[in-house]
Amino acid sequence: MKNLVLRIWHTLRKPSVHFSLGFLVIGGFIAGIIFWGGFNTALELSNTEEFCISCHEMENNPYEELKTTIHFTNRSGVRATCPDCHVPHKWTDKIARKMQASKEVWGKIFGTINTPEKFEAKRRHLAENEWTRLKANDSLECRNCHNFDYMDFTAQSTRAEEQHSTSLASGEKTCIDCHKGIAHELPDMTGVEGW
Amino acid sequence: MKKSINALTKVLVTVTMFTTSFTAFSEGNEVATLRDSTAIETQKTPDAIPNVANTDIKQKRNYPMQPPLIPHKVRNYQVDLKVNKCMSCHSRNRTDESQAPMVSVTHYMDRDGNFLAEVSPRRYFCSQCHVPQRDAEPLVENTFVDMNTLMKEKQASKAEKH
Repeated sequence: MKNLVLRIWHTLRKPSVHFSLGFLVIGGFIAGIIFWGGFNTALELSNTEEFCISCHEMENNPYEELKTTIHFTNRSGVRATCPDCHVPHKWTDKIARKMQASKEVWGKIFGTINTPEKFEAKRRHLAENEWTRLKANDSLECRNCHNFDYMDFTAQSTRAEEQHSTSLASGEKTCIDCHKGIAHELPDMTGVEGW
Repeated sequence: MKKSINALTKVLVTVTMFTTSFTAFSEGNEVATLRDSTAIETQKTPDAIPNVANTDIKQKRNYPMQPPLIPHKVRNYQVDLKVNKCMSCHSRNRTDESQAPMVSVTHYMDRDGNFLAEVSPRRYFCSQCHVPQRDAEPLVENTFVDMNTLMKEKQASKAEKH
């Protein structure tokens, strides 16, 4: 075993006899671009709504529920797609989220939510996952579009203005604390704080 | 004589029945319906959905015992077996934080007058009685006068007499 490791180490350390240094450098550079580009393209491809709802679990449950909400259809025609809210935009956070999402592949293979009944049974658990995530990152995905600094309180209703200028402004509360169930149906909320 | 009267009434009844049914039929088309006399085989272009009042200011009752109106938007408020969105602000243990009007104690009573810990099932679906309002001209003028105004008027007229 030790010999094998040593042999590989020596091969790696040895200057190339068959290829020029220039070929190796430029070749490595081009291969790097192709691999990196390919990786990012694949990543972006998995970050589209078409990809998300290519599974019937997503298309028939959360996507159907989204359709009736303001994040799907509204007066100005700006809409949020699945990854807008469920995947962070920053690269490192995105990779971390994607690694977590590998659990969802497991769920897909073993059909943990492949019927409406199973989805309903898991709803509270799944919702809590998202609430915890958004609570921990101070509702980062909301804030990608809804920037607090540019909120015009005078254009808000009295209740909204009251809440946003106090609890939200002081950082005591974050978006998800009040705005639960805005894009999908709520689960049974018994025991949830504020319900 | 009696026979001829009978025959006459028969004729009269038939004529009136015929004319009334005829007028009813011809007027039937003029009755305003939600479909606005759109032909039965065509789909009517839907009316625009009006914005509801979102002022958060409580409104006066329009008739005795009217359930208080909702002075805010309730779009997509989820009220079903799993959750009641209204109660997240209006329930007894939430009003200190939300400052929303508390649901009346009668809503916690069952039909036998027993108080329950939660809103009574027969009162659960808020929008069965409480509705938001749109800012529109009333179709029919409301002539409702509340009891306080009535009493004041009575007292005033009494004072005038004396």
